[in-house]
Amino acid sequence: MAFISSGYNKDKPMEDRITDIGPRKYDEFYHPIIAKNKGKWLYHEILEPGVLVHVSETGDKIFTVRVGGCRLMSCTHIREICEIADKHCGGYLRFTTRNNIEFFVDSQDKIAPLKKDLESRKFAGGSFKFPVGGTGAGITNIVHTQGWIHCHTPATDASGPVKSTMDVLFDDFKSMRMPAHLRVSLACCLNMCGAVHCSDIAILGYHRKPPILDHEYLDKMCEIPLAIAACPTAAIKPAKIELPGGVKVNSVAVNNERCMFCGNCYTMCPSMPLADDVGDGIVIMAGGKVSNRISAPKFSKVVVAFLPNEAPRWPQTTAVIKKMVEAYAKDANKYERLGEWAERIGWERFFEKCDLPFTHHLIDDFRDPAYFTWRQTTQFKF
Amino acid sequence: MKHKTPLLDQLESGPWPSFVSDLKQEAEVRAKNVKGIEYQIPTDVCEDLLGILELSFKHGRTHWKHGGIVGVFGYGGGVIGRYCDQPETFPGVAHFHTIRVSQPAGKFYTSAYLKQLCDLWELRGSGITNMHGSTGDIIWIGTTTPQIEEIFYELTHNLNQDLGGSGSNLRTPSDCIGQARCEYACYDTQNLCHTLTNDYQDELHRPAFPYKFKFKFDGCPNCCVASIARADMSFIGTWHDDIRIDQKEVKGYVGGEYVPNAGAHSGRDWGKFDIQKEVINLCPTGCMRFEGGKLEINNRECTRCMHCINVMPRALRIGNERGLSIFVGAKAPILDGAQMGSLLVPFVKAEEPYDEIKEVIEAVWDWWMEEGKNRERLGELIKRQGFQKLLEMTNIEPMPQHVKEPRSNPYIFWKEEEVEGGFSRDINEFRKYHQR
Repeated sequence: MAFISSGYNKDKPMEDRITDIGPRKYDEFYHPIIAKNKGKWLYHEILEPGVLVHVSETGDKIFTVRVGGCRLMSCTHIREICEIADKHCGGYLRFTTRNNIEFFVDSQDKIAPLKKDLESRKFAGGSFKFPVGGTGAGITNIVHTQGWIHCHTPATDASGPVKSTMDVLFDDFKSMRMPAHLRVSLACCLNMCGAVHCSDIAILGYHRKPPILDHEYLDKMCEIPLAIAACPTAAIKPAKIELPGGVKVNSVAVNNERCMFCGNCYTMCPSMPLADDVGDGIVIMAGGKVSNRISAPKFSKVVVAFLPNEAPRWPQTTAVIKKMVEAYAKDANKYERLGEWAERIGWERFFEKCDLPFTHHLIDDFRDPAYFTWRQTTQFKF
Repeated sequence: MKHKTPLLDQLESGPWPSFVSDLKQEAEVRAKNVKGIEYQIPTDVCEDLLGILELSFKHGRTHWKHGGIVGVFGYGGGVIGRYCDQPETFPGVAHFHTIRVSQPAGKFYTSAYLKQLCDLWELRGSGITNMHGSTGDIIWIGTTTPQIEEIFYELTHNLNQDLGGSGSNLRTPSDCIGQARCEYACYDTQNLCHTLTNDYQDELHRPAFPYKFKFKFDGCPNCCVASIARADMSFIGTWHDDIRIDQKEVKGYVGGEYVPNAGAHSGRDWGKFDIQKEVINLCPTGCMRFEGGKLEINNRECTRCMHCINVMPRALRIGNERGLSIFVGAKAPILDGAQMGSLLVPFVKAEEPYDEIKEVIEAVWDWWMEEGKNRERLGELIKRQGFQKLLEMTNIEPMPQHVKEPRSNPYIFWKEEEVEGGFSRDINEFRKYHQR
């Protein structure tokens, strides 16, 4: 391949340089009906799963067809999205916060052909390219992080567990039988590039072994004081280590009992990897929400301390999620989010109804907030 | 395909879109190269990406190393260095850097623009993207170091498009769909998001902060972009006056003419809509009643939770005196536990040029840049120095709205100037009345 210059001159990097121009302005990309009716919308209705109509005070209507997407997406796939938008929507579309794609049409009779087209397209392996759904009291797309495809700190994969989970929850992506909407999220490590800690159900990658110390390279690769300072439990201290050849080097020692496996040291120091095929796996959290509807936003709680990484399909993880979804769907009141349901029936009932074992790992022992989670009342259920 | 992928192949079946099938599709398109593109990074990059991912599926561990220092001249963010730890086996992804491209507010696109982005990324990168990353950017996964300046040059010169944020700087702000297509939006989220993104380009591109800083914009308390859970500063739409009621439309819901909650529950037979049970009794403040076919709201007691409006969008609408609340300090658990955003400004109008809002932002930044430790998020600084300090630094008067409840310990850090006579006293004077 021959190098193609963009026009950039590396000897004169400031020549014709353009910087700080920001993103393209949003209104360049508004569908004409959206541009005309912005701020004038009266109400909306979900006509069927995945299909919405928004009605404006001007009388205009915009119809939206929502499809699930993989956040990991090729240009070939994006071009196919463009082809569909060109064919049905005058080229207008948007992406949602939860990695769905929304196609806009200006009249109701354009919905059926668009839907038919979307649902007819499949990948060579047999999966749908553009499943319609993800609206209302159902289970929409999973927001997730990078995982093994591109990240250096993950304790699990992202796209693999997400695909496996969405295959299991697929019917609920395409229907609206839940008591309220149910949000599933995945973060492949504690850094949580996303709001996993406030989801109805959260899948979280977690390490369970302290860092391995690459003494020979540690002082060359890392700033030792930064690695020490990175530890939230003060488990790392400086140490002189004698290598097998007799050479003495500066390195660190880790107090394994104080390590809670957050991986922050590894972020600062590549010579302290935590990743392990057996140690790493998944924590399941539940009952969080971000909406202020009825009750205040809540954090998700740890309900399963550990499940192994079972590539390629994580069957134990998906089975636990399915169990929780079914228990919630069966027992919760209309409009009640998973966390509100758990609080109403009591967490002791939650574990019973979801058929999940309660172990000592689920009792908080991390600093002051732990105390506030223990029971300080005679009111409990047998 | 260059590498066998028996584990990944098992993710091609099942109904949900398969990212494995998509990666293979891209690999085939590159191999065939019908368009005759002079690919600027290895043609088989996607095959090596599949290969190394398969190895991670086999090993249960990632094969990506810490990023190196790569970027474009004059910026400290927007590009993240990425190298694999098996470059001999997978040379196509030996150097595989990430580019963050600042997304348009609301994530609206035209196909024409998306195709331009694809043209550039297919030529100079792997053709693999995230639409979008968790923070909001368009993420381009995988290119080599010599391509980075070329990509930036083409983005800025041909596409009028800039990079997003990474590192200890303002991360690319993101927003909900807002007034563009939502009747609940209390302010123009796209305009505020776009304006602040552009006004703070320097903070976004040149790391000068103790750590990352995120803005997110939710048009109403439903919080569709989860700002209250994950933004150092979250801007959530609200209103100050009365919920608008259309009694005729209320009757429409009660009479069964309209489906409740915009049809969100149509997948199950929940029985006939019962306004008493589904709206009045679920109101968290008990400020509503339905008598004689008329709905009444005691708006002074309403906390604007959105439930009644969500259930009856045709009958109930957000108030007319609109603005936003500002929350500060939300973050994920690293390091000292997760924090939800705490209310700092109960109500401010969101009108251009947003000077009042920017005043709060800049006061918060001044304090955090002065006092924040390396890698300390704003929420952690607020915990360390106290919410009072935040109020002092932002010149905001304390009010009951700032707390869920007042403190239950009396350990108040009285300041000397608050106590009559100050702190210096004469022990001899004291001893005149109190023997040793």
